[in-house]
Amino acid sequence: MTDIDVELVNITKKFGELVAVDDVSIQVTRGSFFSILGPSGCGKTTTLKMISGFEEPDNGDVFIGGERVNGVPPNHRRVNMVFQQLALFPLMTVSANVGFGLKMSGVPKADRQARVEEMLEKVDLPGLGDRKPDQLSGGQQQRVAIARCLILDPTVLLLDEPLGALDLKLRDQMKIQLKRLQHEVGTTFIYITHDQSEALVMSDEVAVMNEGHLLQIGAPDELYSNPADYFVASFVGESNAFEGPITHLENGHAVLSADPFDFKSPTHPDIRVGENCRLFIRPERIRLMSSDAGSDALYDNQFPGEIQDVVFDGAVARAFVDLGHNTVITVLVTRTSDTPLPVEGEAVLVGWNALDALCFPE
Amino acid sequence: MTAQDSITTPRKRKFKVPWAIVLPAIPLFLWLSLLIVFPHIRLAILSFLKRGQDIFFLDNFLNIFLGNYLAPFQDPDQLFSRVFFKTVLFSLVNTLLSLIVAYPIAFYLAKVLKGSRKFALLLLLILPYWVSELVRVYAWMNILRETGFLNYLLVNVLGIFDQPVEFLYNNTSLFVVFVYSSVLLMILPIYSSLEGLADEQIQAAEDLGAGPFATFRYVVFPISLPSVTYGCILVFMISAGNYLIPNLIGGKNTLWVTEMIYNRFIISTNWNLGSAYSLILLISTSIMIYLGLRLTGQSLRGVFSEQ
Ligand SMILES: Nc1ncnc2c1ncn2[C@@H]1O[C@H](COP(=O)(O)OP(=O)(O)OP(=O)(O)O)[C@@H](O)[C@H]1O
Ligand SMILES: [Mg+2]
Repeated sequence: MTDIDVELVNITKKFGELVAVDDVSIQVTRGSFFSILGPSGCGKTTTLKMISGFEEPDNGDVFIGGERVNGVPPNHRRVNMVFQQLALFPLMTVSANVGFGLKMSGVPKADRQARVEEMLEKVDLPGLGDRKPDQLSGGQQQRVAIARCLILDPTVLLLDEPLGALDLKLRDQMKIQLKRLQHEVGTTFIYITHDQSEALVMSDEVAVMNEGHLLQIGAPDELYSNPADYFVASFVGESNAFEGPITHLENGHAVLSADPFDFKSPTHPDIRVGENCRLFIRPERIRLMSSDAGSDALYDNQFPGEIQDVVFDGAVARAFVDLGHNTVITVLVTRTSDTPLPVEGEAVLVGWNALDALCFPE
Repeated sequence: MTAQDSITTPRKRKFKVPWAIVLPAIPLFLWLSLLIVFPHIRLAILSFLKRGQDIFFLDNFLNIFLGNYLAPFQDPDQLFSRVFFKTVLFSLVNTLLSLIVAYPIAFYLAKVLKGSRKFALLLLLILPYWVSELVRVYAWMNILRETGFLNYLLVNVLGIFDQPVEFLYNNTSLFVVFVYSSVLLMILPIYSSLEGLADEQIQAAEDLGAGPFATFRYVVFPISLPSVTYGCILVFMISAGNYLIPNLIGGKNTLWVTEMIYNRFIISTNWNLGSAYSLILLISTSIMIYLGLRLTGQSLRGVFSEQ
């Protein structure tokens, strides 16, 4: 027995000319919360449907629990899917929805009822069994959809943007609840989302996709601090982004020119002089100093600017610093001491070291 | 008058005719009253009078006559009862056949076909209904009769038969033409209800372990049930009240209630008896629909509000 629950090996899916999923390989560890993250239309749902059996790959193999399942219909795969639009059965009660899978596998009624009740308890919906789905709130419907799958004790639960339809506040609550639920039941979750914060908060591992390609797989922290390419860097987390040619190398740094600024950047074997590159600097890597901090450069990159706006958010604040020439960068200010927050219009210096930035060829 | 005045002195406000509601309702009101309510009141009045009498003679007003309703059942041949029973039975069979033919077509149209093909098939289905029923029935007669297209195909082209066969004037041809002419009334409501069923519902059922039959039984059919009922009511009513098809396609012994009614009105000019026949047909088919709904645990309101 392996501890890999789902394995995709070089799968490709075409719809006519369009290559929706291109040579993707993924391994999902048993009991983990695995997310597939990518913008709309990048092939996430298609990938999920190949695991659930609603689509067959044109190329490559799908393994579930170590068995190759190509050609096995969805009702014979031990995976269950929570659909993007939930797809609860509108004419059935909540209990009937949750008990549907058991009924299909021939579990007797009394037994079924007990297990449905137990499941409703588990997803925090006790006593709502007699309602119809349209008499529930969005978040409750969500949990019915999940309960309906979990009751079958699947090897893997597939979730297709299940929080997409909820409002922001509820989404934040559900994120935590989902993660907790996954922890409790110990089922492997494969979770699809285009919201990077959802993926980062909940997942053990995240696969980032774009235009059918798999770009990187890793723990949230790894994706954030060590993105494989510029797409991952820009898609995962917040960044200040610049773009321009590398003009020369200097003291072991590459210098990227984004007219009229010159930024000292980390070098990389792929980065050559004359090549167009993209530079990303995370807001928390930038230091904010008062303009009279002294003329000595403390950082590799140091620029004068003026505070345009400060957005306060409890423990942290975001300062938007105008460097002139239509360039505004975001700086994260952590409130560790009693230093007062910068105020609008204040003249400041911003600075960061070359190694704090990420640089990728286009 | 300002708004405040109207609050402090409400009694001074005159009643205003809400023209925005009344005006658009006038055509509907005229349609209902002139073409439906009024003729039926006439029929009802006539049916309670002796042959040749009419309400306009005042003394008849007090002479309610039940003979027209009793006569068909006092007939030793029980002709009316037999014809009535046959009409109802054939209409039920036609309804069932139409449902069996229509459901797969509606499903294919709603859930399998996409885009322009779906539109094309829909158009092909609707197109024949742009000509009158009479023309469509004649077209079928052209196909089925002894010197018709089907015989030409079977005898001259394929050589399966040596002699042409008369396909018309039997129950099979009757049902073929009947189903053909009523199937669209069944397809359209079912199609539109299945259109409203998301593909994900079907996939979800399958994902939870349901095979094709269970998916149909628990997920697809319940969604379409009100439309199925709606279609059945339409087809049943229209079959029982049909005159053309049994008359032109059915054999000599396929007498339909509508033909008997026609005969009373036109051949024997007994409008009073004809009226009684009409009302018996109307009321008993209505009762049957009511019973059908009760038996399947539905209500007319539920069925129509889903359309
Ligand atoms: N059945 C289909 N026929 C043709 N093209 C399809 C089909 N299903 C998906 N596609 C195309 O494949 C691409 C990937 O679709 P997919 O549904 O996997 O995207 P997604 O990543 O789930 O997007 P979203 O976040 O918007 O749900 C899209 O360009 C889509 O138009
Ligand atoms: Mg999707």
